[in-house]
Amino acid sequence: MSEPADNTDRGGPAQPLLTIRGLTKHFALKTGLFGQGGGVVRAVDSIDFSVLKGETLGVVGESGCGKSTTARLLMQLITPSAGEVVFDGQTVGGRDLPLKEFHRQVQMVFQDSYASLNPRLTIEDSIAFGPMVHGVPRRAALGRAHDLLARVGLAPARFAGRYPHELSGGQRQRINIARALALQPRLVILDEAVSALDKSVEAQVLNLLMDLKAEFGLTYVFISHDLQVVRYLSDRVLVMYLGQVAELGPSEALFNAPLHPYTRALLGSMPALDPDHRTEAAPLAGDPPNPIHPPGGCRFHPRCAQAAPVCSQRVPQPVAARTVHAAACLVHEPGSGHPMALPAARAA
Amino acid sequence: MPTIAAPAASVEPAEAQRSPGYWQSVGSRLLADKVAVGAGLVVLLLLVLALFGPWLVPADPYQSSMLSRLKPIGSPGYPLGTDELGRDMLSRLMVGARLSLFMGLTPVLCAFVIGSAIGILAGYAGGWVNTAIMRTIDVFYAFPSVLLAIALSGALGAGIFNSLLSLTIVFVPQIARVAEAVTAQAKGRDYVEAARASGANAFTIVRVHVLGNVLGPIFVYATSLIAVSLILASGLSFLGLGVKPPEPEWGLMLNTLRTAIYVQPWVAALPGAMIFITSIAFNLLSDGLRSAMDNKA
Repeated sequence: MSEPADNTDRGGPAQPLLTIRGLTKHFALKTGLFGQGGGVVRAVDSIDFSVLKGETLGVVGESGCGKSTTARLLMQLITPSAGEVVFDGQTVGGRDLPLKEFHRQVQMVFQDSYASLNPRLTIEDSIAFGPMVHGVPRRAALGRAHDLLARVGLAPARFAGRYPHELSGGQRQRINIARALALQPRLVILDEAVSALDKSVEAQVLNLLMDLKAEFGLTYVFISHDLQVVRYLSDRVLVMYLGQVAELGPSEALFNAPLHPYTRALLGSMPALDPDHRTEAAPLAGDPPNPIHPPGGCRFHPRCAQAAPVCSQRVPQPVAARTVHAAACLVHEPGSGHPMALPAARAA
Repeated sequence: MPTIAAPAASVEPAEAQRSPGYWQSVGSRLLADKVAVGAGLVVLLLLVLALFGPWLVPADPYQSSMLSRLKPIGSPGYPLGTDELGRDMLSRLMVGARLSLFMGLTPVLCAFVIGSAIGILAGYAGGWVNTAIMRTIDVFYAFPSVLLAIALSGALGAGIFNSLLSLTIVFVPQIARVAEAVTAQAKGRDYVEAARASGANAFTIVRVHVLGNVLGPIFVYATSLIAVSLILASGLSFLGLGVKPPEPEWGLMLNTLRTAIYVQPWVAALPGAMIFITSIAFNLLSDGLRSAMDNKA
């Protein structure tokens, strides 16, 4: 692309690009004739975090932990039950940053490369759709689509006039990436964007993502269940469990010295190639509890190797968005009453 | 930072390519389907009759002759015999195609437009809008279509316009239900989410991303209603609620000839045979279209 990436950088590099405060999504369970009664599924339960400018924030967790719901909440595709999303100092959906403008600056790549492309549109039309919505004339939008196709490694002359079903999964995901970039966004949310690809193609697409990030000065939120990929790509990692933040920290610190027993168990499930670095932690057993009736106290205590009686009584302090490395665990909460917790304050 | 791997796809020769569009490939698959092509030719023939019948007929379809009433099939000068007023059956059947097809196709076409609009609105809006629209539609849907058509026609009074109107009302709920179902399905697809994520408004998303994916299935369903509509329209005319004599229309002809069923059963059955052939042809064409469109890749 010839134009420089949009840089309406208001708050300077220190201000987080995206700040999430108390973001919550409860899905009502409809049981009665008019949908009354029933409980709520606490898909995402009051999470706080921020995404710094230029970083890649990895989000990991088991299936059903609220990763994808978080992505859709960030993208404003579903309305949150509570909480707010602040983009570079401006509340999303407010007067300063209407939704349409927010969507120009934040884009998403979905997991299912086939379902996320309209089967009736040619590749170039799919990519040009976003810019045209934002007032770019058709010819210019198609030109941009061709540039982006070339940039993601697909020859425009060969691919622009084709339909999604004629391409392979890797090629389609490149097109989805090109479509997300067509609006020249500052933040791209990658929701399991490479999970459906086979390993060799996945590596190619990951390299492409890293190159594009450097070239366009992008910030990524990289959602995945694949810990190896997250470790390779992310600057910081957010671990989610049952709709809450379990642990947040710099990638290396989190992978080398995890604080939360859940993170340790997740890492224990990760096959290590180096026998010297094998984790001793037992892998997780069983399925996560039902998010309709989450366990009292710490939500992880029924599956936790270090659970103490206090864990079913007391809710751990949630992870604050500004901390460098912290876990929502009573073990790391001084004076919590957990036998392993320190009595006095301890720097995280 | 690792460098980008060689693009996987650029090894093959570069040629400016444009794949055949969706409808183009549906058309070629339809042409490969012998049954559908045969049915299509019959439909084409009927349409030619409907458009140019009055200029193709061998005799005046309104000219009655008391001397040559109820001639059998194959009589000299009357290849398909004559009706109870001595009018040439061949000419009347040919000219009758115009009104019969008009009565059969118009309600389906109107219902396709109205029903699609209602169904797509309900399906895309969802929530209480959907509930309000679809429960209202269900009230109409609960009646058997024959009963509803007769009741509406009877209430509105006899006449071509009123029977067209009542048949349209009969078909709107059926098409709207199909339209609602396919739209709700399309709305949940990731490409609609992606379009929303690009900031497009609902109208643009429906125009660009929903219509292209739902109009096909709705259209196929609508074509399968043409046969029903033909039969219902003929039925209304048979009951005296549709076309008035002496206009040639197959349903009405069936009615006026029913007294001759013992005298000239073959002649009396001819309008019925025309209705039968027409509805079979439309149904087979609709089936062919459905399978041509189902085929992915």
